[in-house]
Amino acid sequence: MSAYLVRRSAEALVAFVIVSVLVFALVGLMPGDPLDLQLKGDPDITTADVERLKAIYGLDRPLWERYAAWARGALSGNLGFSRLYAQPVTAVLGDPILNTVVLLGASLVLGLAIALPLAVAAAARPGSPLDLGINLFAFAGFSVPSFWLALLMILFFAVDLGWLPSGGVHAIGDDSLASRARHLVLPALTLTVLSTGIYLRFARGALLEVIGEDFMRTARAKGLSHIGALVHHALPNALLPLVTIVALQLGTLLSGALVVEVVFAYRGMGKLIFDAILANDYNLAMAALLLATALTLICNVLADVAYGWLDPRIRYGT
Amino acid sequence: MLRFVVAIALCFAFPAAGWARDTLRIGMTQFPSTLHPSIDSMLAKTYVHGMTLRPITGFDHDWEVACFLCTEVPSFENGRAERVERDDGSVGVRVRYDLHPDARWGDGVPVTTDDILFAWRFGTHPASTVPAREAYTDVLDIEVHGPKSFTLDLKDLTYRYNAANVLRPLPAHLEAEIFEASPETYRNRTLYDTDPTEPGLWMGPYRIAEVATGQYVVLERNPEWFGEEPYFERIVIEVVENTPALEARLLAGEIDMIPGEGGLPIDQAIAFAERGDDRFRVVYEPSLFYEHLEANLDNPIFQDVRVRQALLHAVDREALSERLFAGEQPVAATSVHPLDWTHADDLEPHPFNVELARELLDEAGWTVGPGGVRTNAAGDRLSFELSTTAGNRTRELVQQYLQAQWAAIGVEAVIRNLPPRVLFAEHLSRRQFPGMAMFAWVSTPEHLPQTTLHSTMIPSAENSWSGQNYAGYANPQMDALIDAIEVELDREARAELWRRFQELYATDLPALPLFFRANAHIWPTWLEGVRPTGHQDISTLWVEEWRPKD
Repeated sequence: MSAYLVRRSAEALVAFVIVSVLVFALVGLMPGDPLDLQLKGDPDITTADVERLKAIYGLDRPLWERYAAWARGALSGNLGFSRLYAQPVTAVLGDPILNTVVLLGASLVLGLAIALPLAVAAAARPGSPLDLGINLFAFAGFSVPSFWLALLMILFFAVDLGWLPSGGVHAIGDDSLASRARHLVLPALTLTVLSTGIYLRFARGALLEVIGEDFMRTARAKGLSHIGALVHHALPNALLPLVTIVALQLGTLLSGALVVEVVFAYRGMGKLIFDAILANDYNLAMAALLLATALTLICNVLADVAYGWLDPRIRYGT
Repeated sequence: MLRFVVAIALCFAFPAAGWARDTLRIGMTQFPSTLHPSIDSMLAKTYVHGMTLRPITGFDHDWEVACFLCTEVPSFENGRAERVERDDGSVGVRVRYDLHPDARWGDGVPVTTDDILFAWRFGTHPASTVPAREAYTDVLDIEVHGPKSFTLDLKDLTYRYNAANVLRPLPAHLEAEIFEASPETYRNRTLYDTDPTEPGLWMGPYRIAEVATGQYVVLERNPEWFGEEPYFERIVIEVVENTPALEARLLAGEIDMIPGEGGLPIDQAIAFAERGDDRFRVVYEPSLFYEHLEANLDNPIFQDVRVRQALLHAVDREALSERLFAGEQPVAATSVHPLDWTHADDLEPHPFNVELARELLDEAGWTVGPGGVRTNAAGDRLSFELSTTAGNRTRELVQQYLQAQWAAIGVEAVIRNLPPRVLFAEHLSRRQFPGMAMFAWVSTPEHLPQTTLHSTMIPSAENSWSGQNYAGYANPQMDALIDAIEVELDREARAELWRRFQELYATDLPALPLFFRANAHIWPTWLEGVRPTGHQDISTLWVEEWRPKD
């Protein structure tokens, strides 16, 4: 097991380095930079001004040189300075990471809490009106555009009913847990609606696969009810593919969080990445994207580990 | 357990206590990337600085130079300006300013000439990150007469000699030491970004009390402010980048107003106004954003002025403004804004006249060919690329309108839009656009378009792509007029030169004028005193006049 973990971690590290090169190259190869854009609006800014500023910010150096400088700094713990926020990148990242983890965590827990019982109910009577209704809910959930759903949520709960705040992380001047919780409800709910359908579909499919297995017949023969057999025997076995989906879904959730965070003005990682790329803030974009990459890689490794824990039949080779 | 559930439910059921009227909450789409007055230029920062800082001079509501931090606008008449003839034959000017005697930073330290000298030292330093450095390097020397009085020795004597709008005082008692320690890294260590709530950084009616990066800025009254006391105790500026969400926030009562400077796009504001919510009023103010079409004059199609004239006559710009912008964006006759004193009021924009457009094209040798597209004697089609900033919905609508109207006179415009950074960084500044580009210039009152129209300002490899005359327009008459206006100090004589400039612009069409963009301001009906200016010195510079009606 530990040898397997070491190997998987080494693979993840290589993938991480490759992604860092790719991300830097992609951001760097985008035509133009923010300084060029300053020319567009202000006829008083000269090309000489732009060249001078490029030299000061190091934007006139070749891409590989900039990457080498960034990598050297990153290895020594210096992620550079964010041009977008005029602060060290490490200072900018703290709050958004926490906010996104809370948002994704809430949406994940809520999504699974809704999806699993519904999946059991649907799998219990496949083809029944209840199953069809749950399927419809699932399809509607992952088909609805996130920005549209987010706006609907705001219009209904914040504008019409006035129950919840329409955006932000907390009320200004009130950083209490209650204030943060109130501001979390709408973005988390939106993200939950978007992700629940996928969990539900996979859980239902996995449950239907194991329903026909011998151990299910044995469970029923021992006197367990249909639902009881589903919950106690089918569900634990169906969790295995779900773990993979949840791990892979994290990246998708992060991209869904981007739109949700922008609409709800919820300052998280998705929004930070979006803003950093738009503003060509290399240091911030690199750090934020690599953090997201690391998060996805770690989740994949954890999913592999979870396999062994959930299914004792699985053994890891060296 | 039940009590816990009820407590949680109550916590969610009732929103936080409502805001008293002593706080004004403003929603914007942009967060300032830095709060340093001289590093980077962006609208969100200008908006905040209007409330927290004061320039030495600026433009007032009549678009005239006015004192904000000084006591009197210098002029030759009042003896504060003096012409200087140098040994090398050049002519400069010395301009004396006195700072307001009661002007103090938020920590009680007086605003003095030390702050002016430091700002100049910073702006002229090779490592300076000020956007337009010329405004600093044009000051050859600063002579100090005392803590509140100084004279600027300006390199050139131009009609703008008394506008010290760019040289903004920086608090030397706080920032000078940080700068001197390492000018190269000063931009990363300035207190404006590392400790923006330091009171000594601000000297306007408000000072910054709290900053949540990317989210909001909270301002509170500055007790050291030397002018009229502002009404609101606190002003909160929240950032919501998504404009439908920003509008929803306004409707939910979470913000009070959306300023035209950095708020809703005009089409969204028009739709908002049409819904008629009586809690708000929508005010449109034409701004100095000059939307126009720039043709690459290296393209033989556009070298014939009759083609340029025909293209303009073929577009019903009045109808365009009416249909897309509810008539709120004034049609432009030239690059000079109708509210500018230099504007020739009797000079009408090119009228919509399809017949005349067709005649002009016929005269220019373009006759209708197969498929309805005109061709010349050589068989070349009257067809060109029309580019603008991809994703800008308003511009894309205008573009489709132009395409349809030009098709009616046998002109084919092929739309090829590009992301802003590509359009400006490569397409325009390196003159790689083969046809026509639609974009806007933002200027100042009585702005001389030297960098955009003078023949010496055509970007090329030889001049390291400097200048913004992207069209490649070269007309000795225009050059002479620009040169003459720049050094003409007599207002009446200058008015006559401006008139000739506009006549030449309207005839020769170095660019095809479309309209001046309007900003849509949405205010609560209970608020009064907010007066947009239409230029870069925006409404927040008069924030002390804002108050509830009752």
